[in-house]
Amino acid sequence: MLNKFLSTASLISVFLLISCSNDSYEAIHYKDNYLVEDGGEIVNAMIGEPSNLVAMIAGDSASSAIAANIFNTLLKYDENLNLAPELAEQWFISEDQKTITFKLKNDILWADGKPLTSQDILFTWKLVTDPNTRTPYASDYLLVKEASAPDARTFIVTYEQTYAPALDTWASLQILPQHVLKDEDINNTFFSRKPTGSGYYQLDQWINGQQLTLKRNRNSTQGQANIDKLTSRIIPDTSSQFLELIADNIDFMNINPIQYQRVFPSREDLKQRIGLYKELGNGYTYLGFNLKKAPFDDIRVRQAMNYAIDKNEIIKGVLLGLGEPIASPYKPGTRWNNSKLSPYPYNPTKALALLQEAGYEKNADGILVKDGKPFEFEILTNQNKQREMTAVLVQRRLKEIGIDVKIRVIEWASFINRFIKTGEFKAVVLGWSLSLDPDQYNIWHSSQQGPGQFNFVGYENPRVDELLEVGRRELDTSKREKIYHEFSKLMLEDSPIVYLYAGYGLSAINKRVQGIKKPAPPAGIYQNSFEWYIPKALRRNEIAAQ
Amino acid sequence: MLKYLIKRILWMIPMLIGISLISFLIMQLAPGDITSNEAAFNPKASEESRQKLRELYNLDKPVIVQYGLWLKRISQLDFGNSFASHQRPVLWQTEDKNGNITKGLIQEALPITLLINLLGIFIIFSISIVLGTLASVRQNTWVDRSVTLFVFVGFAIPGFWLALLLMYWTGVVNQWLPISGLHSPGYLNLSEFDQTLDLLKHLILPVLISCLSGLAGISLYVRNGMLEVLNQDFITTARAKGINEKKVVFVHALKNAILPLITIVGLSIPGLIGGSVIAESIFAIPGMGKLFYDAVLMRDFPVIMGILTIGSFLTLIGNLLADLGYAWADPRVRKGLVK
Repeated sequence: MLNKFLSTASLISVFLLISCSNDSYEAIHYKDNYLVEDGGEIVNAMIGEPSNLVAMIAGDSASSAIAANIFNTLLKYDENLNLAPELAEQWFISEDQKTITFKLKNDILWADGKPLTSQDILFTWKLVTDPNTRTPYASDYLLVKEASAPDARTFIVTYEQTYAPALDTWASLQILPQHVLKDEDINNTFFSRKPTGSGYYQLDQWINGQQLTLKRNRNSTQGQANIDKLTSRIIPDTSSQFLELIADNIDFMNINPIQYQRVFPSREDLKQRIGLYKELGNGYTYLGFNLKKAPFDDIRVRQAMNYAIDKNEIIKGVLLGLGEPIASPYKPGTRWNNSKLSPYPYNPTKALALLQEAGYEKNADGILVKDGKPFEFEILTNQNKQREMTAVLVQRRLKEIGIDVKIRVIEWASFINRFIKTGEFKAVVLGWSLSLDPDQYNIWHSSQQGPGQFNFVGYENPRVDELLEVGRRELDTSKREKIYHEFSKLMLEDSPIVYLYAGYGLSAINKRVQGIKKPAPPAGIYQNSFEWYIPKALRRNEIAAQ
Repeated sequence: MLKYLIKRILWMIPMLIGISLISFLIMQLAPGDITSNEAAFNPKASEESRQKLRELYNLDKPVIVQYGLWLKRISQLDFGNSFASHQRPVLWQTEDKNGNITKGLIQEALPITLLINLLGIFIIFSISIVLGTLASVRQNTWVDRSVTLFVFVGFAIPGFWLALLLMYWTGVVNQWLPISGLHSPGYLNLSEFDQTLDLLKHLILPVLISCLSGLAGISLYVRNGMLEVLNQDFITTARAKGINEKKVVFVHALKNAILPLITIVGLSIPGLIGGSVIAESIFAIPGMGKLFYDAVLMRDFPVIMGILTIGSFLTLIGNLLADLGYAWADPRVRKGLVK
């Protein structure tokens, strides 16, 4: 509550301030084209401090964001979200689709100059599957029955059963150096604060609670990045981040829809020196039902909800238009998204008809009643301003057709433990952020309903179960595409959740940073950040200290 | 006196154990543990892995066993390692076999919070004693009214809002002061003197903001205390004896009016190690307030317990010091005439 109040109030005050003043920063005339020049420093702001730099034992996004610059994975996603080589030069899938052979690139080195071999990859796999390693991510790698490294450039994994998301898992496991870590306890090692990696950058300096600086790794396995130093300042408050951005002390930050749609358009001087970028994220926000409890065990009621909620209104109101309505749990524009499906249109008449079919009648006060009981339920959500605002708009539309909705906002850990794990809820507003592989077995398969598992809404559809099972055994992309398109279609019909929106990720980046792709490719603008550069003429005075 | 002191100190031990037990139990009442935050909603993280983590952190054991384990460690002054920040020691630095030093969380957060709070308390007391005395001596004049107005405005302004306005005005529009953080980029290349100067520049706004509400409260307190004393008979006597007014106000009245402030100073000792979450977030200062707040959200039990234990220890010490201070300042207490 306090948080919500604070952030709203501070937003408003900053907005007011910014819209009514005009400060004097030298106008720079940016050219259309600059030569690519080596060097320079880019400064960004992060909300939280990384807990450590070994991604497999860190649970927070700040850690993975930094670690991704330091470490490499075997495979990566290219700008069109296709799998591409990173440490591995090639990979082969066996006839029976159970064995994958990775061929590493030739002569690749760790930042300290030692060779990076298939032994390191085997070591990393052993580490992530070791029961004593404090990682929540082991399960994907435990499916590997056998792993071996017959020579320095070959790494072979064999799965018990074919596992289609396998390649995706090798695009997320960051490879760690055996020669540094072999005698260390990964759960408690100084390595996590002073890592040796193989990526574009290596850690230069970490001032606890204040900032991390990365500098270029001369031995990078992927060639050289253009920018010499990456500094991430830890500034928990986004209003303060924004002040630092407009004072030209940081080069980029993530911004919110108000800043994107209201503040920047009204400030010519900011627009002149700061570029805005948007890209569709990998997540979506939804209204989920408890399918085990009345009234949402009835498909007609769920469909009625879907018709009664105006998604475009929510996108307009909550995201100021910076989102897309969706009809499947996949990112629009990717191959897994079934483009033939379209979201339920806003149609209160149809919603009412469906509810009447399900046995609801309007009483004298305009409230829907069934068996003498009014239709009322509670929407739970966590302390997230966008979700709270979304819930309010849902509440309003449902009230119009005679449903009494209450909203309850709960702190995250309590939310998970008291309501989600126990199934003590009727409806929730939450979000899923997804990996790039289409497999969603963990979320929608009927076997995944235990406490702490992810099908907490209790969705069960035998055909969907079958599709999800087949989908994760099928490695042929076009066949998989068909499977997941059908899965999306059934999901939309059954309506276990109402897809509300997929929001855009918004960034503001100082124009001294050049080489950013606009419009953003499917993988987003950060995908080629190693190609960004800062022309000498635009660099911040390097002795900025006063 | 010495006997009294020893008795008081010995009493602190059962008190501390009691406080820690209650804090531990209350903490356990809050639903969830570290695993409900880290990767709780990541479909790639399975429930089995989370269960395994719970076992590795001893979170699957009964609460009382967990408390016993904690008590055993704490009796050797070992505050343990944080769950959330990758096993960083809670209190003090440790050195691994290669000579790498990992600093403790409290060790790093405490000095900066202490510095801000000490500067704050110093400013609060020095300004509010002046303001309060001024207002009481000039009761019901424009001086008194403007002090009261200032006090109420200071009390009513939300600190974070004023902070943002000041940051914008002094940092963006005018570029007089840095906006957030503790150091300028590249401060390591500066001379020691310039580094200190740089740090102080960064602290001006945070200290100012942290003073705001305290300033209001304490000056009102001094004013009212002074008024009460000034109306007492011994002041009339002093004046009747022909002592000059300055001496009456500053020696006779002020000394008595300040007495209750000793209690406040004593009680504010535990407050010294607590920072304001809001101010620390806005100014990006890695202090104790943010450390504790994040630890609570993450259910990082060792850190929560560490801060609570140190906090309650300091509260008890503070109370003791306040009592001793009273005895020192007030001869009636010292001689056991009043309790």
